[in-house]
Amino acid sequence: MIAELRNIEKEYVQGEQRVPVLHDINLNVAEGDYLAIMGPSGSGKSTLMNILGYLDSPTSGEYLFEGKNNSNASDAKMALIRNRKIGFVFQTFHLMQRRRAWENVALPLLYGDVPKRERKARAEEALRLVGLEDRMDFFPTQLSGGQCQRVAIARAICTRPALLLADEPTGALDSRSGQQIMDIFDTLHDSGMTIVMITHEAAVAQRAEQILYIYDGRLKGEVQ
Amino acid sequence: MLENFREAFDGIRSHKLRSMLTMLGIIIGIASIIAISSTILGTNEQIKENLIGAGNNAVEIRLYQGDYAFEPAYQPVPEYVPVLDESILDEINAVAEVEAASVFYRRDAYGIIWYGASGLNQGTVFGVDDNYLDVYGYVIRGGRGFIESDFSTFRKVALIDRTVSETLFSGENPIGKAIEINGEPYTVVGEFTQSKEFQPVINSIEDYYTYTDRSGGKVMIPMTTWPVVFRYDEPISLVVRARGTDSMTEAGRQSSEILNSKFVTTGDVSYKSEDLLEQAKQLQELSGSTNRQLIWIASISLLVGGIGVMNIMLVSVTERTPEIGLKKALGARKRRISFQFLTEAGVLTCIGGILGVLAGVGLAFLVSRLSQVPIFISWYIIALAIVFSFVIGIFFGAIPAVKAANLNPIEALRRE
Repeated sequence: MIAELRNIEKEYVQGEQRVPVLHDINLNVAEGDYLAIMGPSGSGKSTLMNILGYLDSPTSGEYLFEGKNNSNASDAKMALIRNRKIGFVFQTFHLMQRRRAWENVALPLLYGDVPKRERKARAEEALRLVGLEDRMDFFPTQLSGGQCQRVAIARAICTRPALLLADEPTGALDSRSGQQIMDIFDTLHDSGMTIVMITHEAAVAQRAEQILYIYDGRLKGEVQ
Repeated sequence: MLENFREAFDGIRSHKLRSMLTMLGIIIGIASIIAISSTILGTNEQIKENLIGAGNNAVEIRLYQGDYAFEPAYQPVPEYVPVLDESILDEINAVAEVEAASVFYRRDAYGIIWYGASGLNQGTVFGVDDNYLDVYGYVIRGGRGFIESDFSTFRKVALIDRTVSETLFSGENPIGKAIEINGEPYTVVGEFTQSKEFQPVINSIEDYYTYTDRSGGKVMIPMTTWPVVFRYDEPISLVVRARGTDSMTEAGRQSSEILNSKFVTTGDVSYKSEDLLEQAKQLQELSGSTNRQLIWIASISLLVGGIGVMNIMLVSVTERTPEIGLKKALGARKRRISFQFLTEAGVLTCIGGILGVLAGVGLAFLVSRLSQVPIFISWYIIALAIVFSFVIGIFFGAIPAVKAANLNPIEALRRE
């Protein structure tokens, strides 16, 4: 099992008020799963994603990652887990404008202290997987939106993470580019990658093996 | 590390105007410190050179009564002061620090030297041996020097310096003219001058007092004719040339000890060396202390500059919040993030420091050109200034760096 969520509760404190966001979330993500989480905005899907990616921690409940509970881990340990085990794909790509495509891809390897020669080789390999091996030395400003998102995917997978988290990966793209991105996710899934994706587009969610719905912080599953 | 520097330069380059304005405080501060310290050091070097006589390392040993030079022209010589002559030189020359030595008589020349109706109202008359000019580093610039027969035949001949020549002869050629020394006629046979170009710059009253004594005019006569015009048992003075500038103090001390050992009984009159290095240091202190206050004032500009850097780094952290969030999501540790901002602040102030050094050196040259103040550019101070400006960057970059490192990644990513 890659990720197990047990009775996860999450609330934010806003001034005097406590705002509940997630309520009694139970979720298992097994190796090789391809999961889509759908829900309206404000339903708590992004918070769920942040908890899965160790960017946020639950108020109560248990989160086991690869069987381990890391709730008391240090900041450095969390950073290490994010670096080695998790790949993020964001709606707005989050590429560094002054870095070439391959340098953007290699960024997590830099933080993981991988030597430069190996960084470049692994970045090239990841870019090949998303079909951008001929755009290695391009800057993000020289790439289309779809290409930027493919660079971002390459960045997420170049560390060979255990879990790929995608937050509205097609949200900022036209439908054709979106299609290409989804094809890449399919390929990755076929090669055994575990993927959890957030989306509010039904057509996108259909590509996943399993769709979960989240309303007002409560998870409702649906097997396809 | 390399990556940090690259990002720092990227950050600075992407906001050229802003970075330049931020650096301005540092540039102005460092520039003023460099300019001021260059003038201080320049003045110090000049004081030292002027006093030590442009490097001939001569130390004078003469009689002192307490702290004041003993003047045989106005005071009776105490009984216990020994009558010494050239034979003492054997002992003096045995001192390791002494390269050459010469004994001489000296008196204040006030009112005893005349050429017609013009007289000297300040200056000194010396009775010298044939070694004196060499030890003191004087050269003959007109006429001739003393020769062997001047001493052996008690010839009444005199050498004068330019000051005396101008005072007594006002432009007339003095060679061959007769002057009156304490009532005796002496023929001027030559004019002497300090061997190296020796032009003291007088900026203050302290400088003036220091130099008048040495530039009041000098007249030299053969030592052997001294008893003709003055007393036969006059106490001697001594000049030694030290082997180096640093051994001047030691050469003077040991030589005066030898002279003092000839006293049978002691009183308040004794031989002392004129410690020029010590005098130079005191003058340097004096000229430096006022300027050091200026350096403190200039440091305030550095403080203001540092606060400016902190301010702009805080803005930079806010601007780059999404970038910081992304880096955290990709697994960058707090240390890496804070290092990145520290490096940027340090590089920024370091560049400011280098530009400040350039501006300061330029300013120093400009000041020296305009006001004739000597300057001395010290590599040590330049290096110190650059290191110091880097430290300012690290110091004032610390708060923004810590702020960046502690940003919550979700908050940071959400901010678009």
